[in-house]
Amino acid sequence: MGWIKGPKDFWSGVVFMTFGAIALVVSSTYRMGTAARMGPGYFPRALGALLLILGAIIAVRGLRSKGEPLPAFVLRPLVFVLGTVVVFGLVVPWSGVVLGTLFLIFVSSYASHEFRWKEAVVSGVLLAAAAVLVFIVGLQLQLPIWPWPWNQ
Amino acid sequence: MDVFAHLATGFGVAMTPINLVYALVGVLLGTLIGVLPGIGPVATIAMLLPTTYALPPVSALIMLAGIYYGAQYGGSTTAILVNMPGETSSVVTCLDGHQMALRGQAGAALAVAALGSFFAGCVATVFVAAFSPPLSEFALKFGPAEYFSLMVLGLIGAVILASGSLLKAIAMIILGLLLGIVGTDVNSGAQRFVFGIPELVDGIGIVGVAMGLFGFAEIVGNLESKEKRHIISGKVKGLWLTKAQFRAAWPAVVRGTGLGSVLGLLPGGGAMLSSFASYTLEKKIAADPSQFGKGAIQGVAGPESANNAGAQASFIPLLTLGIPENAVMAMMVGAMTIHNIQPGPQVVSSNPELFWGLIASMWIGNAMLVVLNLPMIGLWIKLLTVPYRLLYPAILLFCAVGVYSVNNTSMDITMTAVFGLLGVLFVKLECEPAPLLLGFVLGPMMEENLRRALLLSRGDPLVFLERPISAVMLAGVVMLLVIMTLPNIRKKREEAFQEETA
Repeated sequence: MGWIKGPKDFWSGVVFMTFGAIALVVSSTYRMGTAARMGPGYFPRALGALLLILGAIIAVRGLRSKGEPLPAFVLRPLVFVLGTVVVFGLVVPWSGVVLGTLFLIFVSSYASHEFRWKEAVVSGVLLAAAAVLVFIVGLQLQLPIWPWPWNQ
Repeated sequence: MDVFAHLATGFGVAMTPINLVYALVGVLLGTLIGVLPGIGPVATIAMLLPTTYALPPVSALIMLAGIYYGAQYGGSTTAILVNMPGETSSVVTCLDGHQMALRGQAGAALAVAALGSFFAGCVATVFVAAFSPPLSEFALKFGPAEYFSLMVLGLIGAVILASGSLLKAIAMIILGLLLGIVGTDVNSGAQRFVFGIPELVDGIGIVGVAMGLFGFAEIVGNLESKEKRHIISGKVKGLWLTKAQFRAAWPAVVRGTGLGSVLGLLPGGGAMLSSFASYTLEKKIAADPSQFGKGAIQGVAGPESANNAGAQASFIPLLTLGIPENAVMAMMVGAMTIHNIQPGPQVVSSNPELFWGLIASMWIGNAMLVVLNLPMIGLWIKLLTVPYRLLYPAILLFCAVGVYSVNNTSMDITMTAVFGLLGVLFVKLECEPAPLLLGFVLGPMMEENLRRALLLSRGDPLVFLERPISAVMLAGVVMLLVIMTLPNIRKKREEAFQEETA
């Protein structure tokens, strides 16, 4: 895209403008009030407008002055780190800490270039034991140890 | 000598067995994460915040504070031995510290770093104790208009001293303020930006925001590159200084302590800024500047003292004004809020045990660090040999369980992952996450003070200029912004930050 000279600035501006626009649109349904008696919409609308303007300035600057190219997103760590954590959060109330930990450690290990499956299994087992000791026995968190049919 | 009477109260609190244990846990964990790359104090405090719910507030804050200054010690250990800063505040220690290690003076470098830090910690403790009460008394006179202006000044100041683009940083603050007001509005009861998600009614939790932006994003970033760590092994001998080394080092320690204490007070200041400033100063006034970068002991002594003094002095604005000046202090605001303590000038009078106990614990923590860390260096080096591919899944596990345990909902983990994604995006776009976190914790306070100030003035915005203290602060904001737009200052600032990252 030849017309974007500074992609980092340009896309930052776009991100800020997006958030600013969302803030403006969503808070437009809130009561504005007056300066002396501010409603819930006053502050967010002011912030949203400010963010929109700042974002526009940053984006325009990105169009005009030269900057470094945007580094590529590397999908493997992104998906395997963040995705695994989300799944862990969703299943752990039913799967229990042991299975959850085995899953999280094994699958998130795959995010690394240096993945070795034997190592990941061993570390998963050790950490599952550690997790039970630290979180359940030590800190007494409200989480089941074993999967749903076996916890109480 | 009021200060010493107060400190005596503080020591009474900090010396109770339970608080000693938490100080120890804090500094050990701090050292650990200081040694390990890939996880910083902000993410660690976020991780441990949930576990402090059940603790008395003093113990919780003592432990969390220990993490911050403990991290400075740990960071310098890896900087010297492995030429890899465990924390950003020890980047400059790499320059001369590692050179000393290569020349077989690793022991001396470690010793001067530890002793310098300890000296700085002692001085900074007294400094915090002496400075905080008058400042908080002054701040008690502040009305909402003054507070609002102070927050604007604090936020803008923090951004100017941070690296990177000024406009982007201000945009990040505003985004943070917006995220901070998500949830139920205290005044009207209206639900804002909730999008029908019940977990958002109480607002977004600071643990998720900080862990996503600082923890997850960092892990993902580390995994993107294939860089390998090179570990030097071998025993460190002679953990002491020769007379000549001592003579060369102590003036630098004193200067670094002074510089750190002052710079720590500034918004955006703290450990990192202080260490850079001290290195530059030592190099400027050295009899033989060419020795710097080749193992000059002053280049270790100064910055190491400065970063510790800076770390501790940055508690002053937090404890007296309720204004966090860097991301770690923002986490402390979160911790205090969780324990129903509103950070601000009233803390000294309403919670004297907490206030003085925390200050006294800083000195105790520093003493523990000197006594424990020098003998434990072998263990820390061993830890460094654990490959990152084994380390990060374990960190993820602790993060995930920590976030989940705040409210026992899966939604919190998903939210943290969303902030992790945002954090990765911000790294690519070169937008610093720290201003966002500052805005996030100040958001609700800022709205409240703006609202009250304008209510009292019947909607007249001139109130911010008519009240002298507020006007001075806003003048400061304008001055800072004008100075920053002057072309040659902007160039200088860019150069300075380039030097830092190089």
